[in-house]
Amino acid sequence: MAMQFYTSPEQIMRDRSEYARKGVSRGRGVVVLTCADGVLFVAENPSTALHKVSEIYDRIGFAAVGRYNEYENLRAAGVRMADLRGYSYARRDVTARALANAYSATLGAIFQEQTKPFEVELCVAEVAPNPVNDELYRLTYDGSIADEKGFVAMGGQAEGIANVLKAEHSTDMALADALALGVKALGSVGGEGGAPRQLPATALEVALLDRRRTGRTFRRITGNALTALLPAPAGGSAETPESKPAEGKASE
Amino acid sequence: MASGLDPSGRLNAYFLNAGTSSFTDFLSAVAPDLLPGRRPLPPGQVDVPHATTIVALTFADGVVMAGDRRATMGNLIASRDIEKVHPADPYSLVGIAGTAGVGKELIRLFQVELEHYEKIEGTMLSLEGKANRLATMIRNNLGAALQGLAVIPIYAGYDLDAPDPAKAGRIFSFDITGGVYEETDFDGVGSGSLFAKAALKRLHRPGLSRDEAVRVAIEALYDAADEDTATGGPDVVRRIYPIVMTATAAGTERVSDEEAATVAASIVESRRRP
Repeated sequence: MAMQFYTSPEQIMRDRSEYARKGVSRGRGVVVLTCADGVLFVAENPSTALHKVSEIYDRIGFAAVGRYNEYENLRAAGVRMADLRGYSYARRDVTARALANAYSATLGAIFQEQTKPFEVELCVAEVAPNPVNDELYRLTYDGSIADEKGFVAMGGQAEGIANVLKAEHSTDMALADALALGVKALGSVGGEGGAPRQLPATALEVALLDRRRTGRTFRRITGNALTALLPAPAGGSAETPESKPAEGKASE
Repeated sequence: MASGLDPSGRLNAYFLNAGTSSFTDFLSAVAPDLLPGRRPLPPGQVDVPHATTIVALTFADGVVMAGDRRATMGNLIASRDIEKVHPADPYSLVGIAGTAGVGKELIRLFQVELEHYEKIEGTMLSLEGKANRLATMIRNNLGAALQGLAVIPIYAGYDLDAPDPAKAGRIFSFDITGGVYEETDFDGVGSGSLFAKAALKRLHRPGLSRDEAVRVAIEALYDAADEDTATGGPDVVRRIYPIVMTATAAGTERVSDEEAATVAASIVESRRRP
């Protein structure tokens, strides 16, 4: 006769939490922070096709870490909910709070009912006319929802990233300063022996919910716009990357 | 709770497993009562406001679309300042002739459809794809159309993928069954469209400048209003002028009321009997 093992419900939940937490901490980091120009998203993401940061609605953005197919599914569901709500009522009636609550209920249900929890952590952000009224919601794998002030750090070694942000963040930072802080915070973890990493523009996915825009405020910052906004690469070399190939050619 | 949203507040299976990037298809699964043309209608005709005469024409940088401001209900004027031309998305324009209420609803649904696709997929539909979606919506409205709630759109936009930038401005017309036809140079829809098109035939030529194209559009509407009671001419008393919009590589733009007023005044002056 096969041995029947009893596991207490607490044990099952703890195992699930452990599993989901491990899945999330494997991923690369994402930071979301308010600044004078709007709500800035900075993700460590070398892929140009698979996005961690996306638009949900006029003033609402979405960022996630963890398993891509799972958070991509939630992202699309969020877009559907926002468009349905905006169409049924009016565009102004779509709020990040309602969306975050729906995500919380959904993630909670998945955590309890499904065999495997979603290994994801989400941030839903809404930009307001004033930086003090920006809303940032963090949602974890089990549906816990938290209303964050100023910034959200998610992913591998999130505490380390958050510590850098806490020390230097202020809600009225300029966009370039906020971006520099976000990149610094992401680069402060994951290096060999705790050394900070210099993240180039190609390793970043950056987007902004632009406070000054009307209608759809979400815009990605890519290519030349991103390199122009990033701080010049620090370190021994004072040469710009473009000058190096030219020098190489001249010396041949 | 709005229809389609789960009472438990969760994003239910419809949201997570929709399997489509089309907002209209999603609505038909989750909240079909929000779709026009899906509601069971009582037999017989109803008195509803109708809206008329919209023109579209190509010019050097893209397309211009203009619509008059009148909505009629039989012999009565239902509205003097109805807006029939709207941006469908950042690079295209849509105008609807026919039943005003259904038309507005379809424009709104079409705008959300295009935005929804772009957000889900991460990329915009092609211009023909957008025209096809609009045609499908009209086709779904055929039942209501046969009971007197007909709408016919006209769609025009700047094609970002056009191989020849001089031909990037494209116009699509539709019929009541949902057929979609691409037009060359110009087209019009509505009760005054025959007169407007006759004017466009004489006024339009390829490669017009933006200002010339705006004037041609307003003049064609003026000629339509001159012959069709259901089309409103420029109302200088209340300062209500045709809605004129352009779609170019820079996006959609609405011609200001001041500019429309100046052009309309100049046209009126040119027609004034000495």
